[in-house]
Amino acid sequence: MNFDFSDDQKLLKDQAQKFLAEHCPPKAVRRILDGEDTYDRALWKRIGEMGWTATAIPEEYGGLGLGPLELCVIAEELGRAVAPVPFSSTVYLAAEAIMLAGSGEQKKKYLSKIASGELIGTLAAAEGPQPLSPRAIHATLKGGKLDGTKTPVIDGEIADIAIVVARTSDEPGERGIGLAIVDLKGAGVSRKAVKTLDPTRNHAAITFKGAAAEALGAPGTGYANLMRVLDRAAVFMAFEQVGGADASLAMARQYAIERYAFGRQIGSFQAIKHKLADVYVNNQIARSNAYFGAWALSTNAPETPEAAAGARVSACEAYHVAAKENIQTHGGMGFTWELDCQLHYRRAKLLGLAIGAPRVWKEKLVAHLEKKNAA
Amino acid sequence: MDFNDTKEEAAFRAEVRAWLEANAQPRTEQSGFARARMSEADALKRAKEWQAKKAAKGYARITWPKEVGGLGGTPMQSVIYGQEEAKFDVPTGFFEIGLGMCIPTVMKFTTPENIARFVRPALFGEEIWCQLFSEPAAGSDVAGLRTRAERDGDDWVINGQKVWTSGAHYSDYGIVLTRTDANVAKHKGLTMFFLSMKSPGVDVRPIRQINGGANFNEVYFNNVRIPDSQRLGEVGKGWDVALVTLMHERLAVGGGAGGTGPDVRELIALARATELEDGPAIRNAAVREKIADFHVRTQGLKYTTYRTMTALSKGQVPGPEASIGKIVSAVKLQDLTHFATELEDMGGYVVGDGAPQDGAFQQAYMWAPGLRIAGGTDEILKNIIAERVLGLPADMRADKDLPFAKLPTGR
Ligand SMILES: Cc1cc2nc3c(=O)[nH]c(=O)nc-3n(C[C@H](O)[C@H](O)[C@H](O)COP(=O)(O)OP(=O)(O)OC[C@H]3O[C@@H](n4cnc5c(N)ncnc54)[C@H](O)[C@@H]3O)c2cc1C
Repeated sequence: MNFDFSDDQKLLKDQAQKFLAEHCPPKAVRRILDGEDTYDRALWKRIGEMGWTATAIPEEYGGLGLGPLELCVIAEELGRAVAPVPFSSTVYLAAEAIMLAGSGEQKKKYLSKIASGELIGTLAAAEGPQPLSPRAIHATLKGGKLDGTKTPVIDGEIADIAIVVARTSDEPGERGIGLAIVDLKGAGVSRKAVKTLDPTRNHAAITFKGAAAEALGAPGTGYANLMRVLDRAAVFMAFEQVGGADASLAMARQYAIERYAFGRQIGSFQAIKHKLADVYVNNQIARSNAYFGAWALSTNAPETPEAAAGARVSACEAYHVAAKENIQTHGGMGFTWELDCQLHYRRAKLLGLAIGAPRVWKEKLVAHLEKKNAA
Repeated sequence: MDFNDTKEEAAFRAEVRAWLEANAQPRTEQSGFARARMSEADALKRAKEWQAKKAAKGYARITWPKEVGGLGGTPMQSVIYGQEEAKFDVPTGFFEIGLGMCIPTVMKFTTPENIARFVRPALFGEEIWCQLFSEPAAGSDVAGLRTRAERDGDDWVINGQKVWTSGAHYSDYGIVLTRTDANVAKHKGLTMFFLSMKSPGVDVRPIRQINGGANFNEVYFNNVRIPDSQRLGEVGKGWDVALVTLMHERLAVGGGAGGTGPDVRELIALARATELEDGPAIRNAAVREKIADFHVRTQGLKYTTYRTMTALSKGQVPGPEASIGKIVSAVKLQDLTHFATELEDMGGYVVGDGAPQDGAFQQAYMWAPGLRIAGGTDEILKNIIAERVLGLPADMRADKDLPFAKLPTGR
């Protein structure tokens, strides 16, 4: 039994934590929150130089050729720091989609630029407030031209390319859906900023009018590929969520020790102690489920969809609870713009919805369980 | 990251499995039900036979030294044995308190002669031990106990009452925490002993539980005389001795995670078999969402145990974080069985053979409240996590510097 990260991976995690403590303090996150820029350019550049965007990309495409486990430990630290950079969109979504479904030429063209940090990518799937399903996709891809509107697209204003989910034929269900890579700086693409509950990450509505699009993956495989990309992203995001949930608990704990009321530390009130003990238990459960997801990715296990859904459901719950109870523990201070509690409250909401709400993932999870326990 | 055994672990697992295959029957879905229907006397007889076999092989306590009848193995080997044994239909339960908590305490605080006398029979299931800590006025706050031990020459004389003592009615020995000085602060006036449950003046009276069983007891002490050689630790240092017992308890309860009762698999089976107003329950979105919620708790706990095992396997000692096992599993058992009975709807409160799954959910529903209390209540375990894991301040105490005799009391 070795259900843990290796010493090298732990070292990487420590380095990432130290690096982000120095280069991504809350002050840096708040600069983006306050609208001074769309993302932290200096941090993003450094992250590229550190090779984090190259982590899981094969060496032949300019990557480091490490595995998903290394990406998981970095994700946890990015989550802890609430990093305001387009990492999840570029690395977990765009790069993973291209690695999974791209042709040799597409890989060559895009992956090395992602690895070096030159290229920002994203996934444009949502078309408004509803869950993802073949029926919810109205954008069309015909003869290499894309039409339709995607919103919200994470990092949509700053991304260079998007993996777009579009209808490729009138075939009903999944088979009518395809993926395409679109140059967002090309003709026929217009973008408009979209405000979200988490302004520390950029979002846009992107309208395509006959924009040039290259198909990603074989016809008819788009939706299945999309599901696989989302499964993998769910695990990486679960690590971000676990990192964020731990950071929220650490903040709450610190405040509970420093703040006095009724002549004693508020952390000596049992209501606060039990609240934080509950958060701790939730966080541990979420971490363990995320580890199982990491194991599944790292071994290409057939359990991956189940493991990914379990990791996501658990992490969404843990981060939500940790972030809201962190505010509660801070009392009135927690409700102020000045304090950093809001950073987690906001990021928990973004991460909890961006690749589909827990309700949807619970349904996926049970569908897998049913298959497994088929009578 | 992998779930694989090391070479040594794999070899040990193979050895254990071969032995189990030669000596026990594989577990089936029916074994649990059959066991639930067995009388206590039959179950005890069967358990003693199995324990003797296991002990002869050294498997009764893998981590104990060979000199006392263990295997001299590692904690990891002990976990491996537990995993393999769980696949077989073998009796469990009667010896856990003795071997898991009492005997380790005795071994730490008594003489080599006593160790030679008591450890082997306990291991072989010939003598059963119980834990006599809780009292009517001292459960969570066990240091508030009142059972007195008074010195009389080379003997001690014990008077008082214990309660909730699991298995006292079939136990041969017990460890008993007593007050030897009421004029000092409560933790400072305690002393631990062990005694024969057959001693004159010991009166065991079973207490009926809400689930109809009667596994725990009131135990009265009426001028029970025991020699000073049965004292464990120094006079007035009983609390330190008790902490050793309680530490072992948490490991046992936390690590094993309860492990009993229906879980998500059984819930899915029930949902498949149950017809709701609009079709099978398994097709109902609200039911499916609940199944997912329970599943991630179960899995999260399982993988937390794997993380603990990994630490064990690297020679680390698990800390108080092991407490989360019982909190999660006890609450989940209660919530899950509650939900299952709601699925069964108007017939969900029928028990026994007439009920779906032979009433397994109903039975566990009535046991779950006990699991949330025994071995440290949810609230006490949360205090432990808050104080020892998160480092939050200790509770304000009304009893800190007062002599025991001056403490306020209630019901
Ligand atoms: C099935 C079963 C088997 C048992 N077997 C044994 C045994 O073999 N040997 C033995 O010695 N004991 C045994 N016990 C006793 C068990 O350890 C106690 O019941 C338990 O510690 C609680 O004590 P109590 O019953 O006095 O409840 P109390 O301590 O009176 O608790 C009542 C309520 O108050 C809460 N409470 C108490 N103190 C605090 C606090 N500081 N903060 C927050 N909440 C608090 C509790 O959580 C609980 O909800 C057993 C109990 C059960 C249910």
